[in-house]
Amino acid sequence: MKTESVLEKVLASGQLAVTSECGPPRGAQMNKVKEKAEMLRGCVDGINVTDNQTAMVRMSSLSACIIIKQMGLDPILQMVTRDRNRLAMQSDIIGAYTHGINTMLCLSGDHIHFGDHPMATNVYDLDSVQAIQMVKKMRDEGKFQGGEDINTPPKMFIGAAANPFADPFELRVARLAKKVKAGVNFIQTQCIYNLDKFETWMKGVCDRGLDEKVSILAGITPMKTAGMAKYMKNRVPGMDVPDELIKRMSGVPKEKMAEEGIKIAVESIERLKEVKGVAGFHIMAIEWEQKVHEIVERAGLLPRPQV
Amino acid sequence: MITAERKPMEEILDYISPFQRIILVGCNECVTVCAAGGRKEVGLLSSALQMAFMKDGKTLSVNEITLERQCDPEYVEELVAHISQADAVLSMACGCGVQEIAKRFPQKPVFPALNTKFMGASESQGVWSERCKGCGDCILGLTGGICPVARCSKRIMNGPCGGSTNGKCEISPDVDCAWYLIWERLKALGQEDKYEDIIEAKDWRPSWHGGPRKIIREDLVE
Repeated sequence: MKTESVLEKVLASGQLAVTSECGPPRGAQMNKVKEKAEMLRGCVDGINVTDNQTAMVRMSSLSACIIIKQMGLDPILQMVTRDRNRLAMQSDIIGAYTHGINTMLCLSGDHIHFGDHPMATNVYDLDSVQAIQMVKKMRDEGKFQGGEDINTPPKMFIGAAANPFADPFELRVARLAKKVKAGVNFIQTQCIYNLDKFETWMKGVCDRGLDEKVSILAGITPMKTAGMAKYMKNRVPGMDVPDELIKRMSGVPKEKMAEEGIKIAVESIERLKEVKGVAGFHIMAIEWEQKVHEIVERAGLLPRPQV
Repeated sequence: MITAERKPMEEILDYISPFQRIILVGCNECVTVCAAGGRKEVGLLSSALQMAFMKDGKTLSVNEITLERQCDPEYVEELVAHISQADAVLSMACGCGVQEIAKRFPQKPVFPALNTKFMGASESQGVWSERCKGCGDCILGLTGGICPVARCSKRIMNGPCGGSTNGKCEISPDVDCAWYLIWERLKALGQEDKYEDIIEAKDWRPSWHGGPRKIIREDLVE
């Protein structure tokens, strides 16, 4: 075991892991963080805390992680390279680890163009692959990215994202291989709606034996409405929503759409459980955290293992 | 080349409205090629400014001079003969030229008529696009001759990110995904295996993050 991470322990036990996420509030509202995190108690092995997602300013991921940690839960610190240079990232990683946060996700982040401060500067001192290398070096060599020794290095279980649906598709396994080479331990994928395409990607991953080097958590986002499905298809970069899914969501009366979305999510999990290389699920119920427990339960993933 | 675009007329007029006599200085290099600040543009701006002054019942005397190179002190020296006849200088060069004039004539106000944009290439008639950030440590040899520092919106060294769609960048369908282009080029070169070499964290010291840069060529210094 490289770290004290609960997620690492669950994955090492060979059982399917479950993570979910919490978007911090756009203000100094500790209760909002607590309310969202409380909904996830007992049904996940780790709670991702997003880092200024969609390039909108929010409470920092680190502070929200500390709140969640103090609730006795297991936060996963998301860190985008968009907003911080390597000094700021490393100091926050040390700070996080000092507070008992031992799992993190290295991301490049949505471009600033999409957010509420499009006039700001992009940092991008590192990219996500280089961020993985940095966190691994801190953990395994006890050294800063710049090469000097760390007194009591932070031991992070290192995650990253993968989008099997972005273009060019033929590069998507190779890009994962690069993250594996950099030292990533687990991957949370983009929301999966096109299961066939995901399975094709996963086959490519397994053919190269990458599934033995990294734990892949399949990304699941339940859709609330047909409108949301259409929005994701047309407006969210790198998202693949098949037309049949939109048709299925549109085919039910409005008041039943949410239930249909949950049903689709559960069916997806059931099917993906059988796919070689899938080590668990990352359930991103955007502003719908109250449904995560139900999805996990209906997908037969409760109770969570005690490790 | 260094590309530039003329500033909005209102902004230029704001700068020069207090003056009656200006020198309008063009440059015969990059800004001539990108049709922003050469002899022709100097003539056009001069007329436009004089007309705008006339509309307000004022007159403006404009001395139009286009130097061979505004970023070179040797050519800026040509302004010495004219400078005492002017209240201010309006430069149609890139930022380098504006600063050379400011340095040479410390007592004379100098204003930029252009916004300096980027180092780029001509794509087609009237279209230029960014190609180089001048990072000081060229990695084009690793990336198939396409620069991720200048052409990836996230400056990602190990792309493409998850937002690449149909060869285009997530920020706009009008922006090419640099990493898509790099991949296509690596394939054309039969260098697909090169893609999986991790490009290590960049040392930004040779770039703008190391403070203002200077080149000193000992063999040329007198």
